Amino acid sequence: MADKEWKYSYNRGNVYCNNKRREGFALRMEQDTRSSIAKDKNINNAVLAGIVKAIPVVLGYLTVGFAYGVLARNAGLSVFFTVLMSLLVYAGSAQLISVSFFAASANPLTIILTTFIVNIRHLLMAAAMVPHLEGWRPLQKVAFGLELTDETFGLHSVGFSEGKPDKSTVFAINITSQLAWISGSLLGAVLGGMIVDIRSLGLDFALPGMFIALLVFQLKSIKHVLVALAAGLLSLILLSSGIQNWNVLIAACLAAGIGVVLCKCKQE
Amino acid sequence: MQMQAGMTTFLTLVGMMLVTAIPRILPLILISASSMPGWVRTWLEYIPVAVLAALLFPSLLMANGEFHLAADNLFLWAAIPSFWIARRTRSMLAAVAVGLLFVSVGRLLGY
Repeated sequence: MADKEWKYSYNRGNVYCNNKRREGFALRMEQDTRSSIAKDKNINNAVLAGIVKAIPVVLGYLTVGFAYGVLARNAGLSVFFTVLMSLLVYAGSAQLISVSFFAASANPLTIILTTFIVNIRHLLMAAAMVPHLEGWRPLQKVAFGLELTDETFGLHSVGFSEGKPDKSTVFAINITSQLAWISGSLLGAVLGGMIVDIRSLGLDFALPGMFIALLVFQLKSIKHVLVALAAGLLSLILLSSGIQNWNVLIAACLAAGIGVVLCKCKQE
Repeated sequence: MQMQAGMTTFLTLVGMMLVTAIPRILPLILISASSMPGWVRTWLEYIPVAVLAALLFPSLLMANGEFHLAADNLFLWAAIPSFWIARRTRSMLAAVAVGLLFVSVGRLLGY
């Protein structure tokens, strides 16, 4: 009897313990899922933040991509190659220039060399990104570099100067932008004949408008204003004297040099 | 024959990809920030503002390779509200939206 009672209470106790343990486990599980949900939520928020930041680029890329798609089809490129170029090359002005070369059945080497010259300015932009990508894995750097354009560079340079953005945000900006570029190209290539009046929506101002805002955010001191004015004027002078394709690279290098000199003068 | 033409186009695209990707990636892989002299770091800090201005000025002040400083340069006018809104709100979307609105209304009015 006593033995039975003990067994009973022992069992109850065991059940109780087991229940307690199960509760504890359940609680821990719940905390785990809650924190992983919170983590997922953070990542989702970071991705969403990137997509929202990319909206002006999306507007601009859909517009310019559409124009490229139309021109590429007119130049005799198939829909497949038109879209493939946006996937592989992903460089607005170079693609637009190459289209006129394809139309003229130019030598492939000429097309490739011209692309190189038009895109060499990205060397400078990538170099300017180096201090911000410290600690990134090499493959992440490659993935980042592949989608570095004038526009994403503008977004990232402001983003990095305002603090350390989440990597998910950075990649969300890049992927959203390229998807818009590819979609625009595809739409242009397929709907080529249809006339879509993008001018009346003012969409061709999306990218200049974005650059205005990004430039404003970068004007942190009077030195930055002076460097911006110098770079803008140099770029205009170079362009109007016929030095196309190199204007951004040369103007930015020289104007940033003025910034270094201004800094040195202030220190001494 | 057509197959061969397709192959040539494909190889041209691959070549274009390589010469575009290399300048974008090489500095990220080869340069390390810690080994940079101080003045190079300072110089690189000014690159974004310089690049943005070098890209923006021609897009506002030139059209088809020529200076466009006439009063009917809609982009130049639209730049004013965009600039102002960007300074006031610090919002890129607001600045772009105002610019788009300005340009579309301007075109509606026949500019």
